[in-house]
Amino acid sequence: MFCRVWSMVIHGVEAVPVRVEADVSDGMPMFTIVGYVSAQVREAQDRVRTALRNLGIVLPPKRIVINLAPADIRKDGSRFDLPIAAAVLQAVGRIPPGSLEDTMMIGELGLNGDIQAVNGVLSSVLEARRIGMKACILPKANLPEGRQAEVKETYGISSLRELLAYCCGAKPEEEPYCESRQSGGKGQKPEPEDLTADVSEPEEDFDDILGQEGVKRAALISACGFHNLLLIGPPGSGKSMAARRIPTILPPMTREEQLEVTRLYSIAGLLPSGQSLIRRRPFRAPHHSITAQALVGGGRFPSPGEITLAHRGVLFLDELPEMSRRVLELLRQPLEEHRILISRQEGTYLFPANFVLVAAMNPCPCGYYPDRERCRCTDPEISRYLGKVSQAFLDRMDLCTEVPAVSCETLMQRSREKKKDGLTSVKMRQIVVCARQMQEERYRGSVVRFNSELKAGQIEKYCPLTPEASRMMAQAYDSLGLSARGFHRVLKVARTIADMEACETIGTAHVGEALCCRSMDKKIWRV
Amino acid sequence: MESIVYYDQGDKEYPARMKPLPGMPKGIYVKGKLPRDDLPSAAIVGGRACSAYGREQARRFARELAAAGVQIISGLASGIDAAAHEGALEGGGLTFAVLGCGVNICYPRENYPLMRRILEQEGGVLSEFQPGERPLAWHFPQRNRVISALADLVLVVEARQKSGSLITADYALEQGKSVYALPGRVNETLSEGSNRLIAQGAGIAVDPTALLEELESVGKWRFFERPAAYQEATGSERGRPSGTSTEAGRKLSREEKRVLRAIEDGSHTLEELHHATGHTIPELSALLVRMQLDGFLFEDGKNVYFLRG
Repeated sequence: MFCRVWSMVIHGVEAVPVRVEADVSDGMPMFTIVGYVSAQVREAQDRVRTALRNLGIVLPPKRIVINLAPADIRKDGSRFDLPIAAAVLQAVGRIPPGSLEDTMMIGELGLNGDIQAVNGVLSSVLEARRIGMKACILPKANLPEGRQAEVKETYGISSLRELLAYCCGAKPEEEPYCESRQSGGKGQKPEPEDLTADVSEPEEDFDDILGQEGVKRAALISACGFHNLLLIGPPGSGKSMAARRIPTILPPMTREEQLEVTRLYSIAGLLPSGQSLIRRRPFRAPHHSITAQALVGGGRFPSPGEITLAHRGVLFLDELPEMSRRVLELLRQPLEEHRILISRQEGTYLFPANFVLVAAMNPCPCGYYPDRERCRCTDPEISRYLGKVSQAFLDRMDLCTEVPAVSCETLMQRSREKKKDGLTSVKMRQIVVCARQMQEERYRGSVVRFNSELKAGQIEKYCPLTPEASRMMAQAYDSLGLSARGFHRVLKVARTIADMEACETIGTAHVGEALCCRSMDKKIWRV
Repeated sequence: MESIVYYDQGDKEYPARMKPLPGMPKGIYVKGKLPRDDLPSAAIVGGRACSAYGREQARRFARELAAAGVQIISGLASGIDAAAHEGALEGGGLTFAVLGCGVNICYPRENYPLMRRILEQEGGVLSEFQPGERPLAWHFPQRNRVISALADLVLVVEARQKSGSLITADYALEQGKSVYALPGRVNETLSEGSNRLIAQGAGIAVDPTALLEELESVGKWRFFERPAAYQEATGSERGRPSGTSTEAGRKLSREEKRVLRAIEDGSHTLEELHHATGHTIPELSALLVRMQLDGFLFEDGKNVYFLRG
């Protein structure tokens, strides 16, 4: 007898519907799985057979063929255990036909019939919603995550026995996720979320950083317009400290952004246990020994890399020149296009990668240049060190600031300073949220979310300059030797600075500040 | 490509300044021109690692001396030497590099464009070492005696305690040339050697005029009228003070003056200036960029500002 249930396979970050077909017929007793499956999926047959026997269901000695269609997409992972078991049960007549109509299911089986959590649940449920599935059956552990997709009938089951009960009409005890969000009734329902609130209070604060007003300002501009930021300074001056605090002032994520990020983390298997939705913007800080595949994503069947995990958040690269040049240059394209296309023999995989790049580096191998009292590096040494970061890469940094060594007085002033008007993360975030609103209103109806995403053609429209400001830009273009790209970057940053002051037109002060923290030019660096 | 010419000690082209001195090389290899005996010349030497101050001053002294018709001799090393050659070229004058390797080798390699410009502007590159000789460490103290011999005056800029420039100064004294040093801060190791020279009686390079006066007193040069020989050599009546936008045609505002004063007082980074002037970062950065665009300041390292010399 033939029957069919639905499941999903993860292809890159997208879920693709898979029909799991089972056929039980007379012939030599055997159990075959076909349909371009990996060894992991093939192992499902032993898990399914054993789990069923342990539930007291013995499969008849017949010829059982499982097909996972479409057969041209590679299927990988343990997520097909549950649909295979369901299809077989239906084929041998243990589940009433039609009870799993339009139902998407994923889950891994244990030998005792338990159902274990799997990755990529949110993508699967979202896709199920899109193609019009009526119900989704998920491992119980994945239920909170699955419910974020707001499919009316989403059930979590913890064993095969519950599946049998479900098919015979007994709905699992827990109520499916439904419209109760609005009614706000039942106790166990998740509270209507306040998007501006973080799940946990960040324990880090910009207030912890002593002095370094210039750096705080640059971080603020960066957060307001999602501009890439390069921090240069001697060791121990607080570059990493500042970078780690940037997530505390980033604007809150919208619900769509939260779902997007959660999906990615779920696929990568990095969703923290007990957390159904990622509400804080991601902060990724890979070590500088990272490989190309780990950074941009890869593998024979590509999985998301660090730049994708930093989507909608911050990617922090410390000790930039220590990274391999090849790895670094891979970032150039994603920095422009906000996505990465990975091509393999199997097909092309598109991963989103819209992140703010925050990078930190020393100005020379010893770290103290241009303080020649301490720096004894020779010119070739410095050139070689800086040469590890290409000018093309530097051109893609919107902001660049020096992080000077902190003076002793600043360290001592701590208590006094703090009572005064130290710039705390809370205050900074208020500015960020205002600037974000300005941008939201301006770019309503277009794909642009932040000033940094403006394309060259849009700059003229969205960045009007006062006559003095355009004169200043013209003068700067000639005397500072900006590139065309650099010119546009400065304008985008000036746009953000104007937004922070709620100005529609960009003035000289805004352009001036944007020029001051423009990206480093190696020519200027070495006079 | 310029041909390389060898002049023996006996040749009449062999620099007259070197002929009477003991310990001079038997002959020298030249690419381009030799320093002219009928024009004053000054050597400007200093450390390879140098501060923005040293570099800017070396450039300024070279520029103004060159514009007054003085030939600038140096060693084509990075740091002060390169700045001196650059300054001389900016001042539209003649400049000569004495190398510690064969003249067909450019060491350090990154100064190759500079060497080309020296040759294009009627200057020359010379060495006592055979073409093809590599830049070995012991060559350099030895070539320093040629640098000082070719000059009427030696200016030392930012020499550390054990700098090779001090060797040049020693040779200069032995050869009876006057030695000047650019004063540096006493707490900086960068200028320890040059400050010590001053303590030992070297002249203090307070400004280029002081050096011109010294040259007038040691030789027959007169700087109020340009030497005819100079015009002949460069084909121009005046040196071309090219490129530098130091003279900005506007007055400074009160805030800008305060920023300039703070930089003079030793605040250079954005952060230090913020504390010294009390301006907020947005105000200050806009001011600094304005002043940079108008040529009052230059940036050496990200957000580290110095006064134009």
